[in-house]
Order: sequence, then C-alpha cells, then structure tokens
Amino acid sequence: MFRTLSLQTKENIFQQILAGSAFFVVAVLFLFFLTLLLKSLSAIWSNGFNFFSGTVWDPLTGAYGAFPLLFGTLLTSVLALLLALPFALSSALFLGEFFRKGLIASALRSSVELLAGIPSVVYGFWALLVLVPLIRRIEITLGIVPFGVGVLAAALVLTIMIIPYAASLSAEVIKLVPQDIREAAYSLGATRYEVIRRVILPQARSGICAGILLALGRALGETMAVTMVIGNANKIPASLFDVGNTMASLIANELAEATDPLYVSSLVQVGLLLFLISALINLTGRYVVKKFSVES
Amino acid sequence: MNNKLKLGLLTILLGALGFADLLGAGATFPQPLYSKMFAVYEQQKGVKVNYQGIGSGGGIQQLTEKVIDFGGTDAYMTDKEIAATGAKIVHIPTCIGAVVIAYNIPGNPDLKLTPALVAKIFNGEINKWSDPQIAAVNPGLKLNGDIFVVHRSDSSGTTSIFTDYLSQIDPANWKMSKTFSTKSKLAVGGKGNSGVAGLIKQMPGAIGYTEIAYANQNQMKYAVVQNSSGVFITPSLESTSAAADVEIAADTRASIVNTKARDGYPICGFSWLVAYQDLSKNPAKARETTDLLKWIIADGQAFTRELDYGRLPQSVAAKALANINSIKVN
Repeated sequence: MFRTLSLQTKENIFQQILAGSAFFVVAVLFLFFLTLLLKSLSAIWSNGFNFFSGTVWDPLTGAYGAFPLLFGTLLTSVLALLLALPFALSSALFLGEFFRKGLIASALRSSVELLAGIPSVVYGFWALLVLVPLIRRIEITLGIVPFGVGVLAAALVLTIMIIPYAASLSAEVIKLVPQDIREAAYSLGATRYEVIRRVILPQARSGICAGILLALGRALGETMAVTMVIGNANKIPASLFDVGNTMASLIANELAEATDPLYVSSLVQVGLLLFLISALINLTGRYVVKKFSVES
Repeated sequence: MNNKLKLGLLTILLGALGFADLLGAGATFPQPLYSKMFAVYEQQKGVKVNYQGIGSGGGIQQLTEKVIDFGGTDAYMTDKEIAATGAKIVHIPTCIGAVVIAYNIPGNPDLKLTPALVAKIFNGEINKWSDPQIAAVNPGLKLNGDIFVVHRSDSSGTTSIFTDYLSQIDPANWKMSKTFSTKSKLAVGGKGNSGVAGLIKQMPGAIGYTEIAYANQNQMKYAVVQNSSGVFITPSLESTSAAADVEIAADTRASIVNTKARDGYPICGFSWLVAYQDLSKNPAKARETTDLLKWIIADGQAFTRELDYGRLPQSVAAKALANINSIKVN
C-alpha cells in the first residue's frame, strides 16, 4: 500500500508522526501538571501559606506543613551533589580525556553506566545493611545519638546513585572537545593540567552543568533508597546525623492508605511542589547552560 | 493515574479475561494467609480466587466502586465508608493478627511491660532504659542507654492496631491512626515490617512494634505485656485467639485491643473480608462467594498456625457464619 504513495506523501506522513509524538510528550507533561494542580486545589485552599511555613506534618490533627520535607529534600540532594561532584568530574576526565580507548577504559565506562542501571531498592538495601551500621559506629565514636539512619546516610547513598549520571554525560562532552583546540594548546607549551584547566573544562562547561542538573533532578526525586535510610521523621533535622524525611519519601509512605480527602489532596500538593522544584531546576539549568556555553 | 486506579484496571482486566472466578483486593497484612488459603481452595473446589494486596484503603475503595467481589481490610469500615457504598456491607473476620513489641537490648534479657510503660516509652516520656519505672516492673534487670523508638513509616494496619491499643490505654496522648506520629525525639521510621525489623535488629536500645510473624522469622525478642486483667501475657497464637474470645458486636465490627479476656494478649485485631450483603443480581457468583467465605472461617482456619496468624475462636466464627448466611444470594 505504501509503495503506491508518492515520495512527497510518505515524507508528509513521516513528519506527521514525528510532530504527533513531540506534541504527545508536551501534552503529557501539561496534563501531569494539570492533574496535580486540580487534585491539590482543595489542599492549597485549606492549607494556605502554612503548607510552606508549617513545620508540623500530622494527618491526625490535620496539620499539613511541608517545610521539613522541602528542607529534607533540598538538604539531601544538594549535599549529595556536592559530595558527588569531585568524583563525577574526576571520573569524567579520566574516561573522557585520559583513557578514551582500550580494555580498561571500556571496563570502567561499563561500570559507571552499570551503576546508573542498578535499581534504587538495591542501593537502599545495601545502604541499610552496610552504610547505616558504619555510620552508627562513627556516631558512637563521636558520642552522638547513634541513629545510623538519617540525613547523612541518605545523602551518601544518593551520592553514589548520582555519580554515574553526572560522570557519563560529562565524559561524553569532554570527548567532544575538538582535537585541534587541544593540540593548539599543547603547541603553545601548555601542560596537560593546564590544557584541562584552561581549555577542556571551559569548553565542556555547559555539558558538565547539564550532567550535574540531571544528577540533581535524580537526587530530588529518588524515593525508595532514601525512604529506607533517612529515618522518616517529619521534622527539620538538627544535624547531618539526625533523622529527617523528603517529599518523595513521604508520598511513597503515606499515599497508599490515605483516605481522608484533604490528606490525599495535601499529599498531591507535595507532589506538585516536587514537580515545580524539578521544573525550576531544569529551567535554571537551561539558563546556566546557555550562559556558560562557549559558542554564544 | 494513581496506583490504585491502575491496579483497579488491572484487576478488571484480569477478571474480564477469565483468569479468576472471584476477585478480591485489599489489606496486605493477611495476604500470605489468603494466598495459601486460595491456592488450597482452588485445588479442592476448582474455584480460582485472585486477591491483590493493595492496602486496606484501596480494598474499600474498589469495593465501593464495585470492581471486586470482596475487599480485605484490617480496620472495619466506618459508617461513613459503608454509607459511601450505598448498600449494606457484611464483615467477615478471617484471622487475628498480633502486634508484638520487639526490642534489641544487649544480652537479650526478658522484658515485661505494663500499659503505662508502653504508652510512655512510645511517646518519649521514658527515654532511658535505666528509668526506674522500667526497673520497677522488671526487678533485677539492669539496663542503660537511650531508648530508640522504631515505627512504621508507611501507613499500615499494623500501626492502626498498635495506635488503637495506645489510644485505649492512654486516650489523652494517643489517637488511632494508620500513620504513627510520636513526640519522642529518638524515633525512627522503617518502611514495612521488614524495615522496622531490620532497624530494631541493628540498633542496640531500639524498641518497636511489628507483626508477630516478622518477629518470629527474624528471631527477635519481644516483650511480655500486661493485659487489662493485670496478667502478664506472652504474645502467642493462643493468647491472640484468646483475646478475641469476648463478647463482640453481631456485625463483628469490633476492636479487640486491650481485651477483657483474662488470658488474652492485648495488642491484636481482626482482619476482615468485606462484601455486599445483597448479591442477588448474580446468584451463581453469590453462591461462589458465600461458599468461599464459609470455607475460610471453617476449614481455612487450619492454615493460620503455620503462617503465624491467630485462629478465630468458636464464638467469633459463629458470628461470622451468621453474617455470611445473611448475604442475599437470590
């Protein structure tokens, strides 16, 4: 049947399919937002500003203050990002600049990519069995309350989870830096460190930023691994060793059995907030990427 | 699309494709027992029953939306929830779950707790193992260190039974709820029974509540608790069954925590299957449903022991049978 169609028509059909798919993605995103907004309207109305400023989340008394969760989410994610950055950047440079070919390089690259593919519940399980007792031992040595679980445990497991995201994208971008620029720098007598510092990193800056933001997005939304080790206490953690909670973890914990309409609506509102924060970070990311990219 | 809806669609789909003769969904707590019962039932009677553990809330919701033949719930349906279905609902208790207070104290000593101690420990009023109030109940036991309270972070029927108990013994400070909130500064939430069990096992000084099956599987020590008659009761399947052997409402919508039974363990509760009372629209299916329910409260009870659930006492099984007989099949 397709054979009888003219080349032009085929081309048109192809284009229509592409446009349709692209539109579909946008529509899904918009509908997501709309659903979250509509379902949380009653909570937005009834919680008011207390949702953002309130420090008590207690469905029993109908207090839905999400500040501790917002704080916990941002704290664990940013902390994880700061911890992951040196490792991610180092391995990106190693894979993108030093060992681009060969057996070791491909083994390393596969390992990093494999790290990204491990299900988060496995990370959580590992953290609960290995990381948490380790942290508890440190806490006992330091004479702090030995929870073991808490913000630090969550941030550490997130760190390991997001390294591959930041690293593999950055490595690709570093590889893409044109060879002639490198050679030009070398010919001017630059050392390898100087080439990396002054030529490669500035060139790859926007791509590295994109990798970091991707990693941050992943950290913000991570649910399973975090909920297993953060202690799930809906309060503002007093220190890195204290227990806390995040927005994603709260939703996963409480939505299944939430029956009161306002309760459900408030949980959706938490989801909406998470959605908006992710969107905000993405938009900031785009702006940063544009600003930093060398071409412009 | 939320998960409940997705599961709902899935159950409809499975039913429509003829994978099951009867569809149920709800509480996860009795799921291992139901899986066993329904597997045996299929072998014996050739009737296939599909039960999805999606949580009590989801079970009630799907029953209300009439996408399942029966729901499972760990908390009996409130009048409001029944009203929302627009019809009469029957409750059939199927088993009794016991919630034990497990702890991790170096040396694994036995621990006795009074209701007052339980309430105070779980809200942080007593936060040291060396507290004289603990020593007063446990003479000769020398303990020290902080008390860490471990609770469920996900909403669950287990928490609901435990907070039901707490609200009975200390109504001023506790309210029954599916989510646990405490004033204790040293509280940690674990996801699922396994999460709670894992945390207790890891943390010296931890105390928490979990289903008896999990405590047994993990070889955890659990406390002997004083009941309302003043007797210290070791949690067991017998003392759990004994707790239910009291006068309860005819519709079996009853809480049996803090039981008046002298040899009953005070922290336990029924798990129910719920169905519409009027099933006359589809007599064949109605017959299948009532046959299954009758089997569960009689022959099916044989499987409670191996899976760590309390067996229904005769008095309760009789009431359950009366409820099943009240179902209109044609």
